[in-house]
Amino acid sequence: MRPLPRFLMPALAGLALLAAAVGSLFLGRVNISPADLWAGIVAPQASLAGLVVSELRLPRAVLAILVGGALGLSGAVLQGLLRNPLAEPGLLGVTNGAALGAVIAIYFGLAHVFALATPLLGLAGAMAAGALTFAFGRTSSLTLILAGAAVSSLMAAFLAMALNFAPSPYAAYEMSIWMLGSFAEKSWDHVLLAAPFIVGGMAILAVQGRAIDALTLGEAQAESLGVAVDRTRVLVLLGVGLAVGAATSVVGSVGFIGLVAPHLVRPFVGHQPSRTLLPSTLLGATLLLLADIGTRVIPTNTELRLGVITSLVGAPFFFWLLVRLRRMAP
Amino acid sequence: MSRLSAARLSVRRGRRAILDEVSFELEGGAFVAVVGANGAGKSTLLSVLAGLLPADAGEVRLDGAPLAELHRRELARRRAYLPQNPRAEWPIAVERLVALGLTPHLPAFGGLPGGWEPRLSDALAACDLSERRLQPATTLSGGELARAMLARAMIGDPQLLLADEPVAGLDPRHALDAMVRLRELAAAGKLVVVALHDLTLAARFASHLMALKDGRLVAFGPTGPTLTPALLRQVFDVEARIGGRGAGAYVDYLGLASSG
Repeated sequence: MRPLPRFLMPALAGLALLAAAVGSLFLGRVNISPADLWAGIVAPQASLAGLVVSELRLPRAVLAILVGGALGLSGAVLQGLLRNPLAEPGLLGVTNGAALGAVIAIYFGLAHVFALATPLLGLAGAMAAGALTFAFGRTSSLTLILAGAAVSSLMAAFLAMALNFAPSPYAAYEMSIWMLGSFAEKSWDHVLLAAPFIVGGMAILAVQGRAIDALTLGEAQAESLGVAVDRTRVLVLLGVGLAVGAATSVVGSVGFIGLVAPHLVRPFVGHQPSRTLLPSTLLGATLLLLADIGTRVIPTNTELRLGVITSLVGAPFFFWLLVRLRRMAP
Repeated sequence: MSRLSAARLSVRRGRRAILDEVSFELEGGAFVAVVGANGAGKSTLLSVLAGLLPADAGEVRLDGAPLAELHRRELARRRAYLPQNPRAEWPIAVERLVALGLTPHLPAFGGLPGGWEPRLSDALAACDLSERRLQPATTLSGGELARAMLARAMIGDPQLLLADEPVAGLDPRHALDAMVRLRELAAAGKLVVVALHDLTLAARFASHLMALKDGRLVAFGPTGPTLTPALLRQVFDVEARIGGRGAGAYVDYLGLASSG
């Protein structure tokens, strides 16, 4: 397949994102007609419709864009760095680290003392997990993957322990439901808390394009072309740790976006790693917005959690990827 | 004319010396074949010369400047390195693969600036890849991929090319083709250093021969006088006959050298 012209793919992904963002503002549990919503938005005085948009749906959409973008970009950079089509942001252990931090906040009831305790401890957990992965895995790509897997399992073990010794069945329920991910009840406070970390992490990841392009030739040739592969590895870990750690600590674990988004754009950009970054970011944000719209418009009694939708859609994609890779193999 | 010098290079792994006090001086225009048995230290030597692996002792100088003091980008512009069996990890187009050779010349962002396009076309044409320009690099045959990697290495116009077994796994036609291209580069004034297992190719194409045994440099000089049955017995433990001269030279292995 011929790659699309250079700016077409980002432009298309940007349009899709815009459409999804508008959809996310006008669709939701509270059934207000688009016309009323629009009137509420443009009206100078406060109204119910205006409040629904500005205090509920807008922060939610902004958060979905930030988190989805962080996942899409992290997945694309990691797949490029490790030259592994199955690499995804959770690989480095930061996702489970963030989940553990958040679950600890719920375990000790801190979340009821003040609302941002969960994301703050989640952030701390992500940083701790990232630091552990860094300490053990910085020497090579293989050790990075192995260290990430080890840290992930360690965090998962602590998560299981927290559930095991949960102070009450309700706390256990709260923990497990938190881990499934959700944008419900997210306010501007959450956006303001997560945004600096997510944007900072994404900025670090966004400038790795040249390095991951050179890595297409393997580490020895990339090194010979002037790429500091060790430094690239550290920066990617830092960027993913900040962006995905902050994202997970605010909305919970959201699987598959970071795995799927790069694959969907890759054939359209001629498989060049650097050219997947921007479209994959935009597509990650779009997919997460769509998944969030799904949680709101699919009529269920209990809230359908975000992680459930992304996994339900993502897992079959995994099979498709498997079939495709098998067909491409000699 | 570029000069590459090695002074008492040593690389140790534990108590074993991979390279042991290797010293030499090379000049642009030479086509140097590094020969030696498996594990003699050929790949290690090339990595050290490329500045990718620091030596435990000794130093490499490029035009008088120690490699360790050159900025990595500056070094990347002046020397190209091809590891054994280089391959593409993603199915990017051949022209994109070749353009990766310009990485040390490009700014941190964006595509290939328009000014480089003619250079890319020239590099593709020089390696007979113009037809393959848009084909995914992962679908190339072994010989085509070797040519693409050579184009990748040469597009930045480095003074020094280091290639680790560039003809390994190639059929005779493509191996000859690769050697001809490398010799042309040397004729154009570049310094070309390759690790080789095929001694007949070394005898025919290389201007200089460097023989390693157990990390030590046991012979270095113009190919003709240096490549002798005695050397092959010492380096490879084989009895061999060396026939012909220059472009007609060949190395024929007769059998294992009798021990003792």
